[in-house]
Amino acid sequence: MTQTLSAPPAKAVHKPARRPRGGLSYAVYLIPSTVLFIGVILVPFVMNLGFSLTRWDGIGSPQWAGLDNYTKLLSDGAFWSSFGHNVALVIAMAIVPLVIGLILASVLFDVIAKRFGARTTAVLRACIYLPQVLPFAVAGIVWAWILAPDNGALNAVLKAVGLKSLQEDWLGDPKLALYTVMGVLVWVQIGFPLVVFMAGLQRVDPSLYEAADIDGASWWRKFWYITIPQIRPEIYVVLLTCTVAAIKSFDKVFILTRGGPGGATNVPAYYSYQNFFEKTQVGYGAAIATVLTLIIVVVMAVLISRQNKAEEADR
Amino acid sequence: MSSISVSRGRPAAHRRTPGAWAVLAALAVLAVVMLLPFVIITFNAFKTPAEYSGHGPLSVPKGFYLQGIKDFWERVDFGAKLVNSLFISVSVAVLAVILSVLNSYAIGIGRIKGRVWILVLFLLANTMPQEVLVYPLYFLAKKVGLYDTRLSVIIIFTAIQTAFGTYLMSSVLSTFPREILEAARMDGAGRFRILWRVVVPISRPTLGVLFVFFFIWTWNEFFLPMVFLISNENQTVPVALGVLQGQKMMDATMTSASALLGIIPAVVFFLIFQRTLTRGITVGAVK
Repeated sequence: MTQTLSAPPAKAVHKPARRPRGGLSYAVYLIPSTVLFIGVILVPFVMNLGFSLTRWDGIGSPQWAGLDNYTKLLSDGAFWSSFGHNVALVIAMAIVPLVIGLILASVLFDVIAKRFGARTTAVLRACIYLPQVLPFAVAGIVWAWILAPDNGALNAVLKAVGLKSLQEDWLGDPKLALYTVMGVLVWVQIGFPLVVFMAGLQRVDPSLYEAADIDGASWWRKFWYITIPQIRPEIYVVLLTCTVAAIKSFDKVFILTRGGPGGATNVPAYYSYQNFFEKTQVGYGAAIATVLTLIIVVVMAVLISRQNKAEEADR
Repeated sequence: MSSISVSRGRPAAHRRTPGAWAVLAALAVLAVVMLLPFVIITFNAFKTPAEYSGHGPLSVPKGFYLQGIKDFWERVDFGAKLVNSLFISVSVAVLAVILSVLNSYAIGIGRIKGRVWILVLFLLANTMPQEVLVYPLYFLAKKVGLYDTRLSVIIIFTAIQTAFGTYLMSSVLSTFPREILEAARMDGAGRFRILWRVVVPISRPTLGVLFVFFFIWTWNEFFLPMVFLISNENQTVPVALGVLQGQKMMDATMTSASALLGIIPAVVFFLIFQRTLTRGITVGAVK
């Protein structure tokens, strides 16, 4: 994904020097999108930046506040804890699914596809991928209902197998709620790395594995020394896209817990929404959103530069 | 497997050893766990409230009780929500594919100056959290009278999806065979003709994948549609379900009925698009 930024060769050889007579510059093809982007992305982004320097309830006229919102942010415990919950979501949506997905993909590819055929593999893959196609609004309803404290399916199962003492208010207990949300997100997410990694494994040269087999390498050694290095580009893509998606999480939290109980699962995206539309502190909400954007851009820049370094080292 | 290959014995790596069966069994258990929530929901969507309170959420339904689903459908006017979702998702997918092609034609084939920076800008636009745009968009939409219209959501998501599409298509088109372009030029075709008659037909598989992505992503969107589509007749399926979920006005069987109605379209699209999607994920991953 990210290699493509440098992909178009910079050499002048291919430059379309000979323009057909009367032809317009290629730049005209960018005009519709440029207009759209100025209106939908650029202007709102700058306006948001402006709002973040004001005190404003969204109705009257904004009062200039300078950097007040940002200094308030630094000492706002609710913001920092929401940011900490974001780290938990990155673990649940990027790190854990990445590891599980890698193992599942190579087991499906190595063991199941070879010994039980492509059909079995495809069915298993589809089952694991299915939660990915649901709107989270729907998956969230399913889980909120399963995890409900009284009459929820999970507590009913625990009761049925005689483990009544393990029944919990899964989403309502401040100590548990974040872990429960993490568990649901793992369920949602593992299909994505699985599918990407299985596609990646298809382009790995089988002779690498054959050579390792001749040398008597164990499955783990092959996994560690062949599979992982060979599909490194896919690993970076998954890590990048899932990490950014986790930091941006809004709907997961909105539907499962509304940030509660008592802010135990709040995240910056939802916190800014609360300030915009519930507390009508537009300036403060805008400041949170700006900081969130900054965090995402920094995380992306770090991951991309890591990836580029790893690729250079390979060459 | 043909009988011949079995009688000759499989190569070592293809033998169904006990270990291999154990792995298969473990994966089958995992698959069941992944599907379990869907099964439970389906069971309870077809129960009467009395049956539910009598036997709990885990019993197998005694019959097909459709009243819960019917009630929910009528209560939220689910048909209208489906139409809204379809209308918004198809419009966004079509518009964003068209704009992505135009942009990537200039960037990938035209190789205009500053293309790397243009791509960086598109990438940034795509990764921005929607929260950083939402309030100004809300403010502006109110000013120009687009607030609470489906058009507002279509315009916004066309921009967001185009950002990703441009990024993907530019890299695909930058490897477009130059000889074909050259040949078309020799035949006297202008730029737009080349785009329309040569580039688009040859890139059709990738464009199909983009269309599917845009459609499903837009269908699943929740945050901006929730903010912009407040009146009942404009809401999409996820917004209608998500908002009701928060109100806790529904009993257990109706909740399951609503979830089942949300699952069905997603599964239908999944089955329709599965081949394209798997192929598409490969396209997205490798390049």
